[in-house]
Amino acid sequence: MSDITTTSAADLSAALHAGDLTSVEVTGAYLDRIAAEDGELGAYLHVDAEAALTAAEAVDAARAAGRELGPLAGVPMALKDVVVTEGVPTTSGSKILEGWRPPYDATLAAKLKAAGTVLLGKTNMDEFAMGSSTENSAYRITRNPWDHSRIPGGSSGGSSAAVAGGLAPWSIGTDTGGSIRQPAAVTGLVGHKPTYGSVSRYGLIAFSSSLDQAGPMTRTVLDAALLHEAIAGHDPYDSTSIDSPVPVLAEAARRGARGDLAGLKVGVVRELGGEGHAEGYEPGVLARFQEAVALLEGMGAEVREVSCPAFDLALPAYYLIAPSEASSNLARFDGVRYGLRVGDDGSRDLDEVMALTREQGFGPEVKRRIILGAYALSAGYYDAYYGQAQKVRTLITRNFAAAYADVDVLVSPTMPTVAFPLGSRVDDPIAMYAADLCTLPASLAGVPAISVPCGLSEGLPVGFQAMAPALGDDRCYRVAAALEAAQDAARGHRLLDELGGRPRPKENTRS
Amino acid sequence: MSTDTLVDLDEVLTRYEPVIGLETHVELGTESKMFCGCSTTFGAEPNTQTCPVCLGLPGSLPAANAAAIESTIRIGLALGCRIATWSRFARKNYFYPDIPKGFQTSQYDEPLCTAGHLDVEVDGETYRVEIERVHLEEDTGKNLHVGGSTGRIHGADHSLVDYNRAGIPLVEIVTCPIPGTGAKAPEVARAYVTELREILLALGVSEVRMEQGNLRCDVNTSLAPVGSLDWGTRTETKNVNSLRSVERAVRFEMRRQAAVLDAGERVVQETRHFHEDTGSTSAGRSKEEATDYRYFPEPDLVPIAPDEEGVEKLRAGLPELPAARRGRLSQEWGISATEMAWLVNAGAVELVSDTVAAGASPTDARKWWLGELARRANDAGTDLGELAVTPAQVAELIGLVSAGTINDQLARQALDGVLAGEGDPAAVVESRGLAVMGESDELVAAVEAAIEGNPDVAEKVRGGKVQAIGALVGAVMKTTRGKADAATVKRMLEERLIDS
Repeated sequence: MSDITTTSAADLSAALHAGDLTSVEVTGAYLDRIAAEDGELGAYLHVDAEAALTAAEAVDAARAAGRELGPLAGVPMALKDVVVTEGVPTTSGSKILEGWRPPYDATLAAKLKAAGTVLLGKTNMDEFAMGSSTENSAYRITRNPWDHSRIPGGSSGGSSAAVAGGLAPWSIGTDTGGSIRQPAAVTGLVGHKPTYGSVSRYGLIAFSSSLDQAGPMTRTVLDAALLHEAIAGHDPYDSTSIDSPVPVLAEAARRGARGDLAGLKVGVVRELGGEGHAEGYEPGVLARFQEAVALLEGMGAEVREVSCPAFDLALPAYYLIAPSEASSNLARFDGVRYGLRVGDDGSRDLDEVMALTREQGFGPEVKRRIILGAYALSAGYYDAYYGQAQKVRTLITRNFAAAYADVDVLVSPTMPTVAFPLGSRVDDPIAMYAADLCTLPASLAGVPAISVPCGLSEGLPVGFQAMAPALGDDRCYRVAAALEAAQDAARGHRLLDELGGRPRPKENTRS
Repeated sequence: MSTDTLVDLDEVLTRYEPVIGLETHVELGTESKMFCGCSTTFGAEPNTQTCPVCLGLPGSLPAANAAAIESTIRIGLALGCRIATWSRFARKNYFYPDIPKGFQTSQYDEPLCTAGHLDVEVDGETYRVEIERVHLEEDTGKNLHVGGSTGRIHGADHSLVDYNRAGIPLVEIVTCPIPGTGAKAPEVARAYVTELREILLALGVSEVRMEQGNLRCDVNTSLAPVGSLDWGTRTETKNVNSLRSVERAVRFEMRRQAAVLDAGERVVQETRHFHEDTGSTSAGRSKEEATDYRYFPEPDLVPIAPDEEGVEKLRAGLPELPAARRGRLSQEWGISATEMAWLVNAGAVELVSDTVAAGASPTDARKWWLGELARRANDAGTDLGELAVTPAQVAELIGLVSAGTINDQLARQALDGVLAGEGDPAAVVESRGLAVMGESDELVAAVEAAIEGNPDVAEKVRGGKVQAIGALVGAVMKTTRGKADAATVKRMLEERLIDS
């Protein structure tokens, strides 16, 4: 049954409904693979096989009893460890939360639980989602299934490695500046950052409140749409949650897969790898991107170049806004109520215990950003840094608005390069930050953006990014599905099937 | 507590002009907390009224309490403020165990209400207090320092935190600096807080129980040499938690700062603690080394944009405000504005009104609250409203006097019993045996004994010196230990000495 671990979640769902597979079989297959592979891959921080099998048995029993079950019932999944899960250790990749078992579920975790999905475990991540390679995890290195010497992307690198490596059918990641899209791109997955406010943030351990968004990381565009629909919707517990109906996304993906893009206006963003802005972009990445654009054109899309000058300022603006909010969001980790407490031996006062706890509990990148953010917010510097960055954010939003007056979607490479080698950028934060260059504008503007594979460069996956106006997530899915279908048809199989040592899924289980 | 040199207040004013300012925190009486659904009931077991949100657990998010926003706007309207059409919460970042998130959700440069005013009256003169802003924030938890002798952190073995209070909606009302109050500065400060409290009570937005910390004042005081164009350096006396203390804190700071300035030193800008027992203040944290709160707009909450129609609806729904109510009551009670001002400054308007509502005459009600009860409050060092006697009990006491069941002197003894927790006045009169003696055999005997025991006086009365009868009345009162009714005794004596 090893093909279970390469099958799409949609197909697993169909097989479970048809009675061809049980949830215990599916869950067991993934747990076996985790047991065999995760020591090397490092995708998970926490796996509870017993709890997963118990949940799977419950779904199977309900199905056997003839109970009406939702489409996701019995399908296993993995959650990035930034998602708060009741009774299940949640660390956000940090030592400061080691051993913390939350007393509540994040809204999206509760939704997935209610939908009957089976939690395999919590995936590794850069500490507090700060990073682009998962090397900032306080616990372990995660390897790219395509090349174990390379990064799986970040910060949702545990999720990307798990799904690409067959250690979970799909996973929830979070994206603050690209942390869903970039790891999806470098591991050959589909990753979507929803419109800000369309998926509840309640129970996501905050990095940057005005940017954080949770979304799907999957093997296919349809899977992403299905998982996205399952977690979307208004949540009164999140004041920034948009009060609008759950978007219809799977339908958009199915429609896109039929390959008709007639009349769709596609804007290629010059500032993201275009003429005069190609420095730092690998030729192979640009070549795959241009081929993908040509494919879209072949399906009837009208393609034009669009200029968004403020995008050049996205990186500095992001690295002021996100650390500023983080410096405040991470203030609660003081050793008083939960998690790590260092130095409370009766000889030290409160300030010393708080300082020691934070000194030992946070890693270097987290400290760097807290200091950067605290500085940017301090009296006398606020206007020059945080204030200016917010103005840039407004300009970027206006660039998007102007562009969307002319085109339906904006496209770019997801990342300027393919997965870089582990360790190659850890000592160079600026080079590390540059990995987010293409994903930051959509984050700052709060608009939806998807990354879908568009081939290999030097044997490693390249991601194609499609961005849409706020609440236009369906457009992302339509374009991504069209591209995926056209490419799969051209090569005769999915890109992920080229991942060495992985069996191809049975053709007859595809729906 | 304090080794400060103090200058007499009269002398202070020969050389200096005070400027005062007040920041008042009011806990709103909403059912639930500011950003979560937890109860706000006072006095529950520690940490039983908490949830992931008010404990600041990782991942939790705030959702603003609409009732609290509405109450804040109503307070702003009652104070004549401009209501913002766009207002935001901001994070005030600092580390302390009683703030669970490492920041307090407050408002900074975009408060809900700005630019109002409140007129207060002291000794017949009206002072206009300009209100700078009214904003909404969340209260902190409470630290309990265990093991020391003072309850303060110094000397304590360990500290406990109770987060029941964390997240209770708190409205902060900030005045502009108030110049020109001169010798009346302490009284103006007190009158302001008194009037503000009356308004909050009338609005029904808070229980405003100062002893439970529903209303807490920070009092700013500075002195400048008479005639100086610049204001002096101010101190901020924190957590002054009774009306009386507000007045005392200002007075103490004026006297202390004058001594500092007289000595040629400068006043240090700092926060100071007020000590109820001595009425003095002592230095706290110096503002000159104060933390940078790194305020920024709260990204987890959306801006508040009160629409004009909604605000006008709230304005139309405001109750009769205390000033207007006092005007009406003065008329109903037939008293002058000055007499009403006495009631206000004593914090007695509602008490008198409630006493009248419970059946007493306005004159009697005023007489009791401003006389005997004010004396008791003063002796006990508390505010009038904190005495352990209700307006209904006072009305009952007055009723017993009018009915002749007891006289004024006995009524004071009955009040002793009520204050001692012995029950309602009638019950105390019963249990202490305080009722006035009727024309009983005992009283007749006492009257006759008085005549026999003072033959000279009796003779004078019989001879027409009627006023001499007072001595005989006194004698009867003495033997009956005040239980006799003086008028009855006088009549009985007259029957025996004059009419016969």
